[in-house]
Amino acid sequence: MSGTATPPKKRLTTSAMIASLAEAGQETRPAPFGHALVRVAESRTDIVGLSADLAKYTDLHVFAKAYPDRFYQMGMAEQLLMSAAAGMAREGFTPVATTYAVFASRRAYDFICMAIAEEKLNVKIACALPGLTTGYGPSHQATEDLAIMRAMPNLVVIDPCDALDVEQATEAMTAYCGPVYMRLLRGQVPLVLDRYDYRFELGKAKLLKGGKDVLVIASGFMTMRALAAAEQLEADGIGMAVLHSPTIKPLDEATILAEAGRGGRLVVTAENHSITGGLGEAIAGVLMRAGVHPSAFRQIALPDAFLDAGALPTLHDRYGISTEAVARRIREWL
Amino acid sequence: MTTTAASDRRSNMTLAQRAWHIRRKALRMGEVQGQGYIGQALGIADVLAVAYFHSLRYRPDDPEWEERDRFLLSIGHYAIALYAALIEAGVLPEDELETYGTDDSRLPMSGMAAYTPGMEITGGSLGHGLGIAVGMGLGLKRKGSKAFVFNLLSDGELGEGSTWEAAMSAGHHKLDNLIALVDFNNQQADGPSTATLCSEPLGAKWEAFGWHVQRVDGNDIEAVRAAFDAAKDLAEPRPRVIVFDTTMCKGVPFLEQREITHFVRVEPQEWQQALDVLDRSKPE
Repeated sequence: MSGTATPPKKRLTTSAMIASLAEAGQETRPAPFGHALVRVAESRTDIVGLSADLAKYTDLHVFAKAYPDRFYQMGMAEQLLMSAAAGMAREGFTPVATTYAVFASRRAYDFICMAIAEEKLNVKIACALPGLTTGYGPSHQATEDLAIMRAMPNLVVIDPCDALDVEQATEAMTAYCGPVYMRLLRGQVPLVLDRYDYRFELGKAKLLKGGKDVLVIASGFMTMRALAAAEQLEADGIGMAVLHSPTIKPLDEATILAEAGRGGRLVVTAENHSITGGLGEAIAGVLMRAGVHPSAFRQIALPDAFLDAGALPTLHDRYGISTEAVARRIREWL
Repeated sequence: MTTTAASDRRSNMTLAQRAWHIRRKALRMGEVQGQGYIGQALGIADVLAVAYFHSLRYRPDDPEWEERDRFLLSIGHYAIALYAALIEAGVLPEDELETYGTDDSRLPMSGMAAYTPGMEITGGSLGHGLGIAVGMGLGLKRKGSKAFVFNLLSDGELGEGSTWEAAMSAGHHKLDNLIALVDFNNQQADGPSTATLCSEPLGAKWEAFGWHVQRVDGNDIEAVRAAFDAAKDLAEPRPRVIVFDTTMCKGVPFLEQREITHFVRVEPQEWQQALDVLDRSKPE
């Protein structure tokens, strides 16, 4: 050693399984899905909860604690989880089955398809870690779940934005009779939409704010990112409208066409999902089929690739879905 | 409402005669299509006769009667066998037999719940039945129902891992209202089941998963009946399985001898020949 002092080692950013989407100082609510389900289940004795060894990580533990005799632990067996949910629905119950989005969409696809969706059974599938919400790499990142689930006939697909959206979507999906796949934000979930006079309605897109230059149509937490990006852009005099479309299927085609058809605006879709087969391509199809041609159409989405492991903020920036990345790209496109 | 308990339906016809009728109906349906899963239907006819004319509680004119025993067919291609049993049981009208596998028929080649009264689930994609049976078993217990859930599986289907997820779960939950029926005919699409993905020793496997196990000759009606009774009457809080060793194409010797019996090729003139052989062996 030469005697010079070793510089303090820079602390490396790490990935964490329980990664929160909340930014510093952002208001959050704990386990909105679990608490909403408990409230709904109070007057709905037909609701039962099933998990595949991930109750604690899908916020279903809140329900399990409130209604222990209505909670079924199915073990680490996702094919069974879906089949058993189908069986319970056949006996008149409303099963809410939870696991991670990767395991539902990849491993249990045939079981959701043939045992639940083909029969239009009243099963609700709520899945944590949708898209890029964990740094654990492709084994846990469901970056293609919307493409997979959207292709399944009869299945309603929901991608809520924040704690309020998750709570209201939970109420709405249990009120609806039929199979539903909901992407679940769990743990400490940011609260954003309470400032936008918003109410979740199944199958409806909601215009959260207007703007003359660009229309962003978003789902999931990308609506939150779009709203934050809009604030940055508006400081520069760029008017950005945000249309939140939490129901991926059926899409609210009328509202999307009405907003995208108002000429002169750049239309951007934003989603926490691969660019292949998700919200963006769904909306492109809607516009093309209706002959609506915006001045330009762009997609903000994850690349068609198996993504890196790492810390969420690092990855969100790397793959272009952080607030800063969203604002930067829209500036470039304008 | 007509009869409920199966014992009332035995009337003056023996179970062997019922099995014979099921075989004949299946052959006639096969003839309509000129092909079909005849081997399975002929092989499982005795089990279905005991199920529908001795063991199951159901109402032929009310297939969704809440207190019925549920009979899940996970092996969708066996639909021809179940249709024959459902027609024999009076759940389906006899004249629909002619429509088997034809456009807009309620009797498609692979069994689907939305199409056919008495078909509880959509099988065909193998490995679904037992998991659904677990959910129905849990649901029935939740409702305080005394009904049983039967699930007819095949030996080839046991290659599907989901079946073992369900078997483990049924043992874990001590589902004493669940009775699995395994048709062990040792024949699947690519050849003998034991040479394709061997499930032996099969009884020991179920036993290890916490099930009560019986293994009987599935073409011996008295043995089949005794096994059904024992499965229902068992006092232990465990799920029950009966493994039935059956012979593909049972009852039509010249078809039994075919090398490939999973999907039997039957020449046009052979249908009448098969019916004639069967007719000559009609039980007294």
